[in-house]
Amino acid sequence: MLASNAPVYTAKTLAQALQLRADHPEAVLLAGGTDVMVFLEADRLEAPAFLNLWGCEGLHGISEDGRKIGALCTWAELKEHPALPMALRACARTVGAAQIQARGTVGGNIANASPAGDSLPLWLAADARFTLQSLRGRREVAASDFFLGYRKTALAADEILVDIQLPVQKGELYYKKVGTRLAQAISKVVLGAYVHQEGGVVRELRVALGAVAPVPLRCRALEEALVGGPVRPELAALVHQDIRPIDDVRSSAHYRAKVAENILRTWLGSLRGC
Amino acid sequence: MMSIGKAVVRTDGRAKVTGQAIYVDDLRPEGCLYGATVRSERAHARILGIDLDPSFDWTDITVVTAEDIPGENVVALMTDDQPVLVDGECRHVMEAVALVAAPTRERALQAAHRVQVRYEELPVLLDPAQAENSPIHIFGTDNVFKRLVIDRGTSTGMGVVHKATYHTSLAEQLYIEPQGMLAIPEKDGSLTIIGSLQCPYYIHKALKRVLGHSRFHVVQAVTGGGFGGKEEFPSMVAAHATLLAIKSGRPVKMIYRRDEDLRASTKRHPAIIQITSECTPEGELLSWDARIIVDGGAYNTLTPVVLSRLVLHVTGPYRIPKVHLEGVAVATHTPPNGAYRGFGAPQAQWAVERHMDRIARELGIDPLELRRKNLLKDGDLTATGGVLHDTAAFLVLEEALEAARAPLLQRAPPPGAGIAHWKRGRGLALAFHGCGFTGNGESWLKGKAALELVGSDLRILTGSTDIGQGTDTIFPQIVASELGIPVERVSMAPHDTAQVPDSGPTVASRTTMVVGSVVQSCAKKLRLALQAETGLASNNFAELLAARNSDAVLKVEHVYEPDASIRWNDADYSGDAYPTYGWSANIVDLEVDPDTGEIRYLRLVTATDVGRAIHPVLVSGQIEGGALQALGWANLEEVVRDQHGCMRNDRLTNYIIPTSLDAPEMVTRLIEVPYAAGPFGAKGVGELPLDAPAAAAAAALEQALGLVLDDLPMTPERVLLAMERGHAA
Amino acid sequence: MRLECRVNNQAVSVETAPMTRLIDLLREDLRLTGTKEGCGEGECGACTVLIDTKPACSCLVPAVQVQDAHVVTVEGLAKGEQLAAVQQAFLEFGGAQCGICTPGFLVMAQALLNEHPHPTREQVREALAGNLCRCTGYQKIVDAVENALAGAEHARQ
Repeated sequence: MLASNAPVYTAKTLAQALQLRADHPEAVLLAGGTDVMVFLEADRLEAPAFLNLWGCEGLHGISEDGRKIGALCTWAELKEHPALPMALRACARTVGAAQIQARGTVGGNIANASPAGDSLPLWLAADARFTLQSLRGRREVAASDFFLGYRKTALAADEILVDIQLPVQKGELYYKKVGTRLAQAISKVVLGAYVHQEGGVVRELRVALGAVAPVPLRCRALEEALVGGPVRPELAALVHQDIRPIDDVRSSAHYRAKVAENILRTWLGSLRGC
Repeated sequence: MMSIGKAVVRTDGRAKVTGQAIYVDDLRPEGCLYGATVRSERAHARILGIDLDPSFDWTDITVVTAEDIPGENVVALMTDDQPVLVDGECRHVMEAVALVAAPTRERALQAAHRVQVRYEELPVLLDPAQAENSPIHIFGTDNVFKRLVIDRGTSTGMGVVHKATYHTSLAEQLYIEPQGMLAIPEKDGSLTIIGSLQCPYYIHKALKRVLGHSRFHVVQAVTGGGFGGKEEFPSMVAAHATLLAIKSGRPVKMIYRRDEDLRASTKRHPAIIQITSECTPEGELLSWDARIIVDGGAYNTLTPVVLSRLVLHVTGPYRIPKVHLEGVAVATHTPPNGAYRGFGAPQAQWAVERHMDRIARELGIDPLELRRKNLLKDGDLTATGGVLHDTAAFLVLEEALEAARAPLLQRAPPPGAGIAHWKRGRGLALAFHGCGFTGNGESWLKGKAALELVGSDLRILTGSTDIGQGTDTIFPQIVASELGIPVERVSMAPHDTAQVPDSGPTVASRTTMVVGSVVQSCAKKLRLALQAETGLASNNFAELLAARNSDAVLKVEHVYEPDASIRWNDADYSGDAYPTYGWSANIVDLEVDPDTGEIRYLRLVTATDVGRAIHPVLVSGQIEGGALQALGWANLEEVVRDQHGCMRNDRLTNYIIPTSLDAPEMVTRLIEVPYAAGPFGAKGVGELPLDAPAAAAAAALEQALGLVLDDLPMTPERVLLAMERGHAA
Repeated sequence: MRLECRVNNQAVSVETAPMTRLIDLLREDLRLTGTKEGCGEGECGACTVLIDTKPACSCLVPAVQVQDAHVVTVEGLAKGEQLAAVQQAFLEFGGAQCGICTPGFLVMAQALLNEHPHPTREQVREALAGNLCRCTGYQKIVDAVENALAGAEHARQ
């Protein structure tokens, strides 16, 4: 409980936020606090300053069609939004528990870029695009280009993640989280997947996994093997070509690899005849 | 007037639901300092020096080392092997080396980080299986804390033999309120110690030795759970806070942060249990041989008694003509293991119930029929030759089976579960649990309680604490029912050693049954005293009170009188090891995801013999809470240690206990087979619920997947590994 | 910073560091000790409070984020001597044992009941999954919350 005496800059508007971000690139961004405060308590974060975005206008809201999600939207908001894909709403229900869902933000989960971040594979699977903004301007980055390394992202020091955009989808998104405990768990393996089939042929497929590598990643070998043909659950083992799980205090590399394969096989099996 | 059997509102209920109940961390006396502990980072090392970082400002910091101890450097318990602060040689990681106190918690933590300990590493022994023959000596010359042999015959050589080894794992009590203690130096030179604790007189005994005097008193604050974890460990915390208070002359509060609590505090003893049984081809047990190794950690603490209870329960609730039981508790360079609800019996009965399932499987007999064939009943002999009375093994079994016929409640899939081909299974496990202290413990202890008549109201004085189980409600019920008055007229004196007698520790499923009977005797004595004072022969308390001419406080005291029908020989471990036993049947329904090995409990049916349900809501609450601890031990909870024996998963994100979504729906049936010497027939029930649910879960898993798991915990990792290895039934 | 907010319907103005944890502000500065700390990292839920009607772990909220907000703690659930229905239900059903987790459960349950006065058992279990209890096995807590308002309505009839 080493309370930080570092200065805190609070932004009320997006314009203020961008200015403060430019002026204080060293500041740690503070949204719902559900990660930052944990790091502080565990003495795992030395922050020279904080930029407080909680309540900042212009970063909230989910568009009526569910295509655009403000970075400061909480999981509680996502959970209830009728236009969002069911997989995303299911994911929202698995982030911490109610208290965390009411406080934790989508943008925080993405920008924090934990390898076990619950939502990250879903953005990859959905082919989401992240809008990053700074005083220099706006740009869009595909989710698949955003996660660069362990807790490393494409965000520049002066940039803020402002929203997430979901493309129009013909197919279905799928989500599964494996975390030992049935609620309030840290992911040991998390799967986000998207498939579009036509006449028994896989037209589009994106399979992404979290907690099996330093970054959430696409399982390209599996995707390439399946696109253009029928669903073949027996190819699930191709997942091992892309993932790099480790042993840690929560689980073993062996378990993570086995589970990744198993849950993919089951999901693919469920798609046959769709 | 009879409140026995009624769910009266618990006396501390209103304070607890309004946030007014005062726990130790809620106290902040004037000038209070905050304490922190500097701990060893080696499993075994000579301490070469304790240095204060010269770049840190020490002006407002109090530092205490072993040199500052006015009395003896020992945490007095069973033996005197454990120091309050390391003096020369540390024997496990997280052992207290020095203490600091500062005006704020932040400063205290910072200061603790700036105390540097220099070590010379010494050879380390971590494996309990190597302990006895190791050249490294931690305790005595063989590292044996206790060896216990019960020999009542060996194999007949006539039956079918089954043999297997079962492992149980470390487990944390995980009271939600961390360890905490406040020591206040008073103006008259005495000290007040207030804290989160189960046993005020344990602390009293320990502090007397550390201080070399007894000018202090120990007070229990409202305590946020204990489960054994606040039986002996708080003596250490109290000694630390007191040493800092003496040196600084200020009140000192020590509240453990969760990570420190998890790494430093005691755990359930892990056990290796090998059972060789022999039975007829029809499954009638003929002989039972069990060999047990228990890891006690670096100091003795309560390990010998844990071993006793483990050995005495390692035949389970079954009738076995010939038994040979050998247990040994050994020392390793790991943090000491200690009391955790169940106290050896859950480890024992995990092995017993897994072994019964093994016999059934290998003989091709229904596990239920195997149990029916061998269950204990009145008149049967225990492993120590005690003759059983008030047994309820068959009653609880039939009750649980009947309750389990009801259809399962539909439960929605857990969030994020996606597509899973859940496999269902149902499992049964039985247990018995000796109520109260083992052997002659109660006779040696002579637990006392007192009762005061103040005006027309009564006050109970006992050192037995309410740690959530509700004895501050149950004791007034007992007195009120004995005297035929409303329960509201009976209150509890504070659990303060300056005011209440030593009733013995709040442990061993003894508080309601043993201390409750002492409290009931106090009520009877009070009636006699009133009859003597008034000269009335009436049994009517109101009449006696009305006839009284005096306002003087009338106080009676009673000392526990052992049940005269109980005989125990400690020399050869024969006779009635316990005054009576509680009995329990457990049926678990669960689902398992074969892709992930994750278990989802659907329903737990329990039928439990409680002797008499003095407060049905409180007693069923005990059963349900205990059962979920057992189910968490079964599939979630695992202590992961580093190469020094230090707990690595020292946070609630990675030492995971069940949430409300992990918990099954519970159907809790109470059976009442009274124990004549218990208050209104009540038996002890605090620990029994821990004994069997894990084994029932294992049996259910076996049915669901055809897997046999003999070791705890059955984490998803282990379930999946077992599936891969094809441990088919 | 000068923090201005409302706590249990009372205006509060206090000088504090902006990153002070809300739980410390409540317990140390305002002496509202009903809010408990069990882990300090948002896992146990004992420190749950409502911030503008939404539940939060007060150990994870810096003071700066409750500027102008309304915080409700366990002390704010009862109306004077009149217990809230969920508090009454905890007493009747045996939802509190050691009591250390109780304040957090009550506040979280109140948040649920404000949105869903008659929740199903599964809704209750999911809503309370961020509150750890080691005493009850949750059965009696779920019973209490499921029946809290039904009980109160029954009592009024």
